[in-house]
Amino acid sequence: MKALKKYLDKIKPNFGEGGKLHWLNSTYDAFETFLFVPNTTSKTGVHIHDARDSKRTMIIVIVALLPALLVGMYNVGLQHYMAVGQDVTLLTKFIYGLIAMLPLIVVSYVVGLGIEFAMAQMKKEEVAEGYLVSGMLIPMIVPIDTPLWMVAVAVAFSVIFAKEVFGGTGYNIFNVALIARAFLFFSYPSKMSGDQVWVRTADTFGMGSGTVIDGYSGATPLGQIATTDVGSFGEFTFQGITGQPLSISDMFFGFIPGSVGEVSTFAILLGALILITTGVGSWKTMLSVFLGGLVAVLLVNSFAQNVIMEMPVYYHFLLGGFAFGAVFMATDPVTSARTEKGKWIYGFFIGLVAIAIRVFNPGYPEGMMLAILFMNAFAPLIDFYVIDANIKRRAKRSAVTSTVQQ
Amino acid sequence: MANRIKIKKGLQIPLLGQSEETLRGRITSEFVRICPEDYHGITPKLAVKVGDTVKAGTALFYEKNKPDMLFASPVSGVVTEVERGEKRRILNIVIRADKSTVYEDFSSKQVVALASEEVKKTILDAGIWFLIRQRPYDVVAAPDKQPRDIFVTGFDTAPLAPSYDFVLQGQEADLQTGLDALARLTAGKVYLSISTKTKNKGLRDAKNVVITEFDGPHPAGNVGVQINKLKPVNRGEVVWTLNALDVVIIGRLFNKGIVDLTRTVALTGSEVKQKGYYQMVIGTELKSLFSQNVTEGISLRYISGNPLTGRKIDANGVLRAYDAQVTVIPEGDDVHEAFGWASMSPKRYSAGCTYLTLKKKYRLDARLLGGPRAIIVSNEYDKVFPMDIFPEQLIKAIIAFNIDKMESLGIYEVAPEDFALCEFVDTSKLELQHIVRMGLDMLRKEME
Repeated sequence: MKALKKYLDKIKPNFGEGGKLHWLNSTYDAFETFLFVPNTTSKTGVHIHDARDSKRTMIIVIVALLPALLVGMYNVGLQHYMAVGQDVTLLTKFIYGLIAMLPLIVVSYVVGLGIEFAMAQMKKEEVAEGYLVSGMLIPMIVPIDTPLWMVAVAVAFSVIFAKEVFGGTGYNIFNVALIARAFLFFSYPSKMSGDQVWVRTADTFGMGSGTVIDGYSGATPLGQIATTDVGSFGEFTFQGITGQPLSISDMFFGFIPGSVGEVSTFAILLGALILITTGVGSWKTMLSVFLGGLVAVLLVNSFAQNVIMEMPVYYHFLLGGFAFGAVFMATDPVTSARTEKGKWIYGFFIGLVAIAIRVFNPGYPEGMMLAILFMNAFAPLIDFYVIDANIKRRAKRSAVTSTVQQ
Repeated sequence: MANRIKIKKGLQIPLLGQSEETLRGRITSEFVRICPEDYHGITPKLAVKVGDTVKAGTALFYEKNKPDMLFASPVSGVVTEVERGEKRRILNIVIRADKSTVYEDFSSKQVVALASEEVKKTILDAGIWFLIRQRPYDVVAAPDKQPRDIFVTGFDTAPLAPSYDFVLQGQEADLQTGLDALARLTAGKVYLSISTKTKNKGLRDAKNVVITEFDGPHPAGNVGVQINKLKPVNRGEVVWTLNALDVVIIGRLFNKGIVDLTRTVALTGSEVKQKGYYQMVIGTELKSLFSQNVTEGISLRYISGNPLTGRKIDANGVLRAYDAQVTVIPEGDDVHEAFGWASMSPKRYSAGCTYLTLKKKYRLDARLLGGPRAIIVSNEYDKVFPMDIFPEQLIKAIIAFNIDKMESLGIYEVAPEDFALCEFVDTSKLELQHIVRMGLDMLRKEME
């Protein structure tokens, strides 16, 4: 480590003002601070600082994402080998998922971080860590078969237009990962929904080749219920890709078709546990999303006109991106409401709107993405009213004392 | 039985280096330096020249716009130097101190026999008016404004702070006289806040004041928090604030007729070998206190004050005007910690839960431990900010210098020190106290 530090110190002048590689200054700084804690000390104000910084915060989120990522990767392999009708070991399935997922992650990081580094250099600032999380979220919420160039375009679009033009991490109005997802959804709808995109049936780098078995259908459970012809929920059964019935435990542990991040509610809850115990994610937001969802489902259940309106609440929470959105997307502090009261309202409406979109939207059976983006726009307004109450209280107090003085 | 107010939000940073409650003697130095910048919000005009002989209590300088506000010399001796900086700003006034102090005679007075104006004039003439500060703006109080109330804090909750119980031992009479004097200065009340742990009789049984007990972690001892809980400052109102240690100095003036700016100072910090309390006047050079008494071989940070709000001084520095604490911690610029973001080191302390928190005292250095970022994490400041104010939104209003917003969000109630804990926990490593200071100064310029 000492030798590395020495080497870094030796090459540092090249990256300084007037150095040969000064245009890589932010990049150098990003790597240096990644390796070593900067030893700059406080100049004004407090002389001691908390050990938590932006890097630590983002790393905790990445750690919290890992369970969902790992189970999701395994599930990619599981679904694939089921589709081609081959019986392989658990490890093979996982490796298949891993190599299917890696290119998406690499593309997402290379494109996103590339833009971030360049922007930081232009602004002569340090590289902010926000994209470390966004860059992991994006591959986890798109279908595994999304072409890499589409991911690259979507990432570039969202990093530039959803974040950098607003001033970078901390200033964006909309969740960067969801803007990438929404960009893909509206630009390439055929690649983003339907029953062909959620399970990879082709081989990956030559691994797992085979022909798809008869009776295969890659529709997600939410897709199935949105398009079903049966008369009531009691007659309806969720089916896996080979036509086998899906149990609650399949849905809970994540052995259903879907995007990598969203399938395993169990792994998402593990992530939620990490976020809540470390205090990085707001439990208020998470809980209120579920509460909002619960209220919405109970409402539509009591006026049920079709099968999806009859679907009980636990299916809503287990299927699709509801849990993933509640835990990892709604809690993004930058785009969420920032006041504590505001978080309750913000989360509650995300749950409500997500269910409304799911139930009343004929074309698209998933509502979480749009619900969160919608409420991102409302978050400042919610905060405005929460803060306004404090302002009014102060104004009232002031008015009372000034009349007394008169 | 005093009213009791419980403060829940806040943070007691478990810092190593609490000083033992032992008085270790008196420190004097050949030269005494007074820094006019300590007295925030005034423009100093010199009242002495190099070569002048002064007594303790003689005015060294006065406020340009209010020539009756004088600033006393803490010692008797000869003015040897006036150090100036850019634009001829006065940095330091240096006095060679006499071996034994000669005091200017202000003749002792019975506070009860004095009218409000006489009390005020006595304090102004003696050059210790600076001990009284005001909200809004957290500056030396303007003597021509009527304060709604006066707030005195009788305890300090800052990390490693001196124990008022200990320091005030034997000073009870001066304390009471000082409080009586303050009571003359306002048509409103004098509020004295004490801790639930306060034992000192002078504080607990103080007369002529409204006593409130506060319970809770830092910043419960901050006068700003106490005002916010007792009777918040509204637009157009002025309140004055002091701490009990400064009230004693005012009391001394009336009881003994002299200006004795002696403080009992706690020498604290993880890098000090022999911690304890020392008596000295403000402006005393601390060299002799530090020599042979601090960790050697690493770079150190010397602070006059506590680690949250104190001023950085060097090893030859002096005790600054408002401080009753001197702290020495590691500077940390010679530490190279690898992969800090992944660290599981038990040496790292965080108020949040992103690190394991152990039940122990920590030795923290002066590193920022991260780079400055935009405000990202929410609800971070609120957890350590027990006032009915939205700290993050107020900070943003200050940065944008939106006067209406600042006013409506409560800028008149706060001082930079109230944001010290927010600055400590801030993931984005922003200089919040500096931001608030700038905001208050700009606002004052705009409004006055």
